[in-house]
Amino acid sequence: MKPAPFPDPERDRRVVTRRLLASGLFVLLGCALLAARYYQLQVIRHQDFATQSEANRVHVLPLPPSRGLIFDRNGELLADNRPGFTLSVVVERAGDLSGLLARLDRLVDLSDEELARFERLKGRRKPYEPVPLRVSLSEEERSRIAVEEYRLPGVEVTAELIRHYPHGPLLAHVVGYVGRINERELETLDPVRYSGTYVVGKTGLEKYYEDALMGEVGYEYVETNARGRVMRVLERIPPAAGRDLVLGLDLRLQEAAWEALGDARGALAMLDVRSGAVLALVSKPSFDPNPFVSGIDAASYRALLESPGRPLFHRAIQGQYPPGSTVKPAFALAALAEGAMGLDTAIYDPGYFTLPGSSRRYRDWRKGGHGWVDVHDAIVQSCDTYFYTAGVRLGIERLARWGRAFGLGEPTGIDLPGESAGIMPDRAWKRAAKGRPWYPGDTVNASIGQGYVLATPLQLAVMAARLARRGERLVPRLALRVGEEPLALPLLAGRIEAPEADWDAVLDAMVDVVHGPRGTAKGIAAGLSYTIAGKTGTAQVYSLGQEETYDERRVAQHRRDHALFIAFAPAERPEVALGLIVENGGHGSSAAAPVARRVLDRYMALYHGDGGASDAAAR
Amino acid sequence: MQRRAEYVRALKPPGAGLYRARRRRGLVVDLPLLALLAIACAAGLLVLLSASGHEWGYVRRQAVFMALGFAAMLAVAQVEVRTLRRFAPLVYVAGLVLLALVPWFGVEAKGARRWLDLGPLRFQPAELLKIANPLVVAAFLAARPLPPRWWEVLAAAGLLAVPAVLVGLQPDLGTAILIFAAGFFALFLAGLEKRYLAAAGLLALAAAPLFWFYLLHDYQRTRILTLLDPQRDKLGAGWNIIQSTTAIGSGGWFGKGWQRGTQSQLDFLPESHTDFIVAVLAEEFGLVGVLALIALYLLLVLRGLAIALGARSTFARLLAGSLALTFFVYVFVNLGMVAGILPVVGVPLPFFSYGGTALLTLFVGFGILMAVAGERKES
Repeated sequence: MKPAPFPDPERDRRVVTRRLLASGLFVLLGCALLAARYYQLQVIRHQDFATQSEANRVHVLPLPPSRGLIFDRNGELLADNRPGFTLSVVVERAGDLSGLLARLDRLVDLSDEELARFERLKGRRKPYEPVPLRVSLSEEERSRIAVEEYRLPGVEVTAELIRHYPHGPLLAHVVGYVGRINERELETLDPVRYSGTYVVGKTGLEKYYEDALMGEVGYEYVETNARGRVMRVLERIPPAAGRDLVLGLDLRLQEAAWEALGDARGALAMLDVRSGAVLALVSKPSFDPNPFVSGIDAASYRALLESPGRPLFHRAIQGQYPPGSTVKPAFALAALAEGAMGLDTAIYDPGYFTLPGSSRRYRDWRKGGHGWVDVHDAIVQSCDTYFYTAGVRLGIERLARWGRAFGLGEPTGIDLPGESAGIMPDRAWKRAAKGRPWYPGDTVNASIGQGYVLATPLQLAVMAARLARRGERLVPRLALRVGEEPLALPLLAGRIEAPEADWDAVLDAMVDVVHGPRGTAKGIAAGLSYTIAGKTGTAQVYSLGQEETYDERRVAQHRRDHALFIAFAPAERPEVALGLIVENGGHGSSAAAPVARRVLDRYMALYHGDGGASDAAAR
Repeated sequence: MQRRAEYVRALKPPGAGLYRARRRRGLVVDLPLLALLAIACAAGLLVLLSASGHEWGYVRRQAVFMALGFAAMLAVAQVEVRTLRRFAPLVYVAGLVLLALVPWFGVEAKGARRWLDLGPLRFQPAELLKIANPLVVAAFLAARPLPPRWWEVLAAAGLLAVPAVLVGLQPDLGTAILIFAAGFFALFLAGLEKRYLAAAGLLALAAAPLFWFYLLHDYQRTRILTLLDPQRDKLGAGWNIIQSTTAIGSGGWFGKGWQRGTQSQLDFLPESHTDFIVAVLAEEFGLVGVLALIALYLLLVLRGLAIALGARSTFARLLAGSLALTFFVYVFVNLGMVAGILPVVGVPLPFFSYGGTALLTLFVGFGILMAVAGERKES
């Protein structure tokens, strides 16, 4: 062991002093380092952190607008918003999610559907965005959740307006329904506008007028604390409610048509001839649109899809049927105006028609034929042979042009999505659609509204209205007013030019269809206090062989002919026009015309009766 | 042993420690320190009021602790330095005993046993070691010629290692390192030769992997990883540091104004009234406030070092110097961790963070500095 050094206080002092001074230097360096770090954070990177802090603090909450209401012409509510309660979960705050869902399941009995949808929605959302679990919570369920709230972290029950359709099936196809925004729609919808909105118009007017009904989203800039609780509202931009829709539809006529059709499958369209407003648009069978709003369960949806009556199908604008004899007034006018037939031209009907150089017989519906018929008789008695002859004389191209002028083969332009165009065939159409040339026989079939010709019930009503307006090409319209702006009605797409005498002949004949002694619809004339101009139609669903005869009783119900009818009234100063079909109803005269009569009676009672009914349409 | 006694006698300053002389000098107090501490306490209360969300309860309790602290400080200041020296071993042993009791009688909080429940007061024995460590090392080294020889270095290291290991087992690695550092400064100021420093550094480096894989708890490893990349767990371990740097950075030059820091007032900032309180100050008073704070601490430390320089005995110089440096380490570690340049360890910010025991320890430390300063004046 080395000897201890001699005590030297001076050396000790020097050693410590040196070290103290060195330490002082370190301290200064340390302070400089800290100052530099804080300078870096607070000055150099200030902007980033200021933004970050602002983003922490201020959250933007979308305020969904309330959807525009839909009224009928008399102010009856057809679609409204009802307060409802939505149960949703903020996954980030839930902690043990499966445990939470199990607890909720005990409280409100969640279905597999709801859980599956929850899982699906959970996958694609922003952090801290509530995921809806059940859209319409009952009052009882709501209180059960309220009691257990402290045990349900992340669970939110929010009040919101839920779309409701008070008339259910009656207007399901026309008004349509809203439904939860799906993934495909998510890609096309404006994400800003639809933030905070979970539904979008899926069908009908709800879809067509989505933009107007939707309104504009509002915002609330709120200050939240670290746990997401709103501390105060910094700024509020209120949402602009969607615009209300006022329809020309009359709920009472809609009901009348609904009842008149009874249990039959079919459709009816009724237009105000003066404005083009749709007064009634019925498609049967129908469905209740309300379950679709909150998300219909798969089993019910499958049942609707697989129902043989196809209730989801909007027959009035999507159903395409052979129009049959209902096209005869239009084609008669074509023949007269084009000179293929004269007003006095009479044709002898032996009960069949043959093309020159062919032995194939095109049968008239009346076995023995109508004998000598002119244009008037041909319409009143619905003589097929006359129209075979006229059609062949006109040729398919002219026939098709006139058919289209009356609205066949092209969309009517009604304010509804998914309208079918029907078919008014010509040579070009057949080449494109069938890849085969046009045969003369095709013209024969087309000239009585059979063969390739297809029309929707709405197109029939439009055709009737254009006849009623003597050629003015009326366009049908459901909405009279969107928000505050009334639409300019009627909408007219040009006119069909024909000599007045020809119009008179055709329209007179249509009156005699109902009122004449030999009219095919004379069965509905009894007790009429006003005049109806009409035309029956019976469309073959099932082609008969050359020698077969049609026997209504022998043919299976779904293969029976469709019964059709077009009409307008009062014939002298037309106010309304309609077109209707009763699927597999049999004859137009017996199955369809009486339906029209009941609806027209109701109209007359409401708008001309003594009962003091609104005469808004008459004004 | 005899040689050491001779050495001590030889070093003994003339006239020191005479009871009569001691009586004559009246109340010992260092006015610059007192003024700086008063400013620090006032500022601390001001920020605490904001950080606690305008909770007067916190402020009142903290003020009471501060008053107690001032009293303790002035009491300690009256103690003679040589008395401190005489009691150094006793204080140290007492501290060790208390530390050893913690695992059996300690109160558990946040997964660690650090506190002893002494009736109305909870007490962290580790706090005592913050004073006892420099005291005992200074006493040990000052009795021998400087710089210390190798076995003296080893002995001092041993004295420091025992409490460090005990605290480290609590587990409280941050405090373990801090109390080790407090004693180590005495060693350093005593002129610890550079080769020992280098050796210690190398040893630490070599031990680092061992520490990482065997001694660190998962949460400690997480803290270090978080320091390197706070974004790796934004809502978990990284949350504190992301929110604190956001609070600091968004303060800018002049801050958002007192009680108007959104990060702290809206609870984004965790521990805002304890370990992370400087983020509140930085957010509300800006860089200007931070620089003023650093300046205040710098003046306190420099005053402490000046007292050490002016002290008469080697023991007093070592003790005062290491206390001043230890104080600086608290400040540096706290400001560094909140600003995201050091891992998050539980070190409060002197005079600002809410908490009684730590505050009392601080005041006792400054009391010792004043005691040293008092003797210098006397000469």
